[in-house]
Amino acid sequence: MVPISYYLVLSGILFACGVTGFLIKRNIISIFMSIELMLNGVNLSFVAFAAQWHALSGQIFVFFVMVVAAAEAAVGLAIIIAVYRTRETLNIDQVDLLKL
Amino acid sequence: MAQTIPQGVEYVRILPEIVLSLFGMVIMVLDPLVDERSTQKLLGLIALIGSVAAIAATLYQSQFPGLGFWGMVKVDGFSTFFHILVTAIAAVVILSSFEYMQVQQIRAGEYYGLILFGAVGMCLMSSAVELVLIFIALETSSISTYVLAGFRRRAAISSEASLKYFLLGSFATAFFLYGVALMFGATGSTSISVIAQALRLSPVPVLAYAGIAFMFVGLGFKVAAAPFHVWTPDVYEGAPAPVVGFMSTAPKAAAFAVLLRVMFESNAPGRLWLIWVAAALSMTLGNVGALVQQNVKRLLAYSSIAHAGYLLVAFAALANNGIPAAMFYTASYAAMNVGAFAVVSHLAGAGERYVTLDDYAGLGRRSPLLAATLTIFLLSLIGIPMTGGFFAKFYVFSAALQANLVGLTIIGVLNSAVGAYYYLRIIVVMYMREAREEVPAIPVSPALGAALGISVAATLYLGLLPGRVLEYASRSAAELLH
Amino acid sequence: MTHLIIFLFFGALCLAGAVNLLVQRHPINSALSLVVVMGSLAVEYLLLGAEFVAAVQVIVYAGAVMVLFVFVIMLLNAGEEVRTKGSRVAMLFGIPGMLVGSALVGWVLIERTGSQTVAAGALPGAPRTIGWLLFHNFLLPFEVTSILVLIAIMGAVVLASHPDTDSGKKKS
Repeated sequence: MVPISYYLVLSGILFACGVTGFLIKRNIISIFMSIELMLNGVNLSFVAFAAQWHALSGQIFVFFVMVVAAAEAAVGLAIIIAVYRTRETLNIDQVDLLKL
Repeated sequence: MAQTIPQGVEYVRILPEIVLSLFGMVIMVLDPLVDERSTQKLLGLIALIGSVAAIAATLYQSQFPGLGFWGMVKVDGFSTFFHILVTAIAAVVILSSFEYMQVQQIRAGEYYGLILFGAVGMCLMSSAVELVLIFIALETSSISTYVLAGFRRRAAISSEASLKYFLLGSFATAFFLYGVALMFGATGSTSISVIAQALRLSPVPVLAYAGIAFMFVGLGFKVAAAPFHVWTPDVYEGAPAPVVGFMSTAPKAAAFAVLLRVMFESNAPGRLWLIWVAAALSMTLGNVGALVQQNVKRLLAYSSIAHAGYLLVAFAALANNGIPAAMFYTASYAAMNVGAFAVVSHLAGAGERYVTLDDYAGLGRRSPLLAATLTIFLLSLIGIPMTGGFFAKFYVFSAALQANLVGLTIIGVLNSAVGAYYYLRIIVVMYMREAREEVPAIPVSPALGAALGISVAATLYLGLLPGRVLEYASRSAAELLH
Repeated sequence: MTHLIIFLFFGALCLAGAVNLLVQRHPINSALSLVVVMGSLAVEYLLLGAEFVAAVQVIVYAGAVMVLFVFVIMLLNAGEEVRTKGSRVAMLFGIPGMLVGSALVGWVLIERTGSQTVAAGALPGAPRTIGWLLFHNFLLPFEVTSILVLIAIMGAVVLASHPDTDSGKKKS
């Protein structure tokens, strides 16, 4: 028997790791992977809450998150290719025509 | 007895979405088949017909209010309002894109398709009453705008804008999702009505507070509210001008619709201070940031942050006054901002070279009609009487005063005064300063003229006869709350 | 007891993968660590009874999506990332904000859910029930995903194709 909160804390840590990666990573692809890590954390908490409430809609939500993640990956990687074609770099600090 | 397939009337409840997707698919199929030259006109025309047909479908649909698809969508006055708003914005933006696409020499088949498919997502955002569907619709609208932002592919800044929008947008989506997960954990359901019931019971679970906060962060990104606004100026500067007109109004209006539903219909706890801070910050940072801008697109980006702030003031107010005020504000903001960006996209010229304030010098002499049109939009953005912007601000601030939000109202009014400065600066430059270099004047195409005409008419209509729209908004707000 | 041991083992593996993703400088190493995270998460899903989710996690997420990542990393020949100063503002406000936020959420999660436990396979997410829900109650979102995927395809085609295919040069 494992307490539900263990799963939830694990998912929270994964999400926080993703946020940290988003902030400290400099390679665009790695930044994008950090976002995937955040989504994985969210998925775990959906499945855990589904088990807690005995509601399958939590598991259904995970499928939709996966579809969206796949669609985002397709578009995101295409955007990265487009940026690479014009700038020839993958470092986010060198993609700086627009001042932040 | 559970029915296994949806009944006929349920399809009517998603009719505008069906119409938009069908037209989008027709464009997709025709795009490789038709001749390159006629592509622009023909596909644009199909998209225009599609969005107008969707408006008609919405009007038909509004006669059949109720739930559909096992409690997924709900057709009510509220959803009808936002359906019409979104599809009308799409139609006007399509009209104003014809000329732009020709000048920039962009193959536009997919462009029109993406606008229609994006509009499907935005329409669904306003009628969805299930967090699963809200999430999918939100992503449909977001992903299509990420792509649209990068449509000037020969310009490095366009793909850069697309990248920034995409990375920060997906980051925000993850936050929204975590909020949904926590909300699901707090209440055991993803349906807004069930959540509302669960949250009416006291004590409200702590988890629900965390869920609302995370969802607000995610949606705050989408509506460009401070402190989640950093992407806005960059993305608006790099994206094609008509697309900016689209994405600063339609997805924003849809995201505000989601916020209204999630915050008010689900009876969300602890929303007040959250929105108070975001509203005050957005108004102040937006207006102060706009003061120093030289690029008109960046200036309007900061202005849109400020306007998101004014809109959030309505959210902080009580539900029965705040919701109609917010709905009125989205409509009038859409009218003036789509119009302003239509003018910007016309003046930008090939490769979007003329987008700084200096390029607008002497516009009053070069093309008086265009300058006058832009002046109307800018006056409306300031909130001068007789324009839609005036009543929008008026209703928002009076709703805030009725809710005893004196501090927030004072911040808002002060900010409006600051805002007047930079809008007036554009007007002064247009009329008072001589052009330093020769900026080529392209004649306004009939389609763009029609787009501008519609925007001006809508802005003035909301400014002179706001009664009907406001009454409709109040009625649908009352419907939403009961 | 075995349940707890399996949870702890794969939880630790999962965290190790996540931390490795952050520490590694080469994107390909990060991508492979992400595969480890996803694989061990699939085991956690199995423990929670979500069999179908676990299968899809391995096939679609760890399989298809990550292959896409690895493919693009190889295509663009991404090298080791250079640690630049980065956006100092993000570091300054982001990391403390993240720590405070995660501490808060962690506290809420433990406080709220307490010591409620779950047996292995508590909620059977068999393909049959999942499929019924997906094509019944969640039919509309399912159909809307098809529009979403259509957008993704169109977007990928538009953005990844070469700009010179614009303006009539294609059909010369």
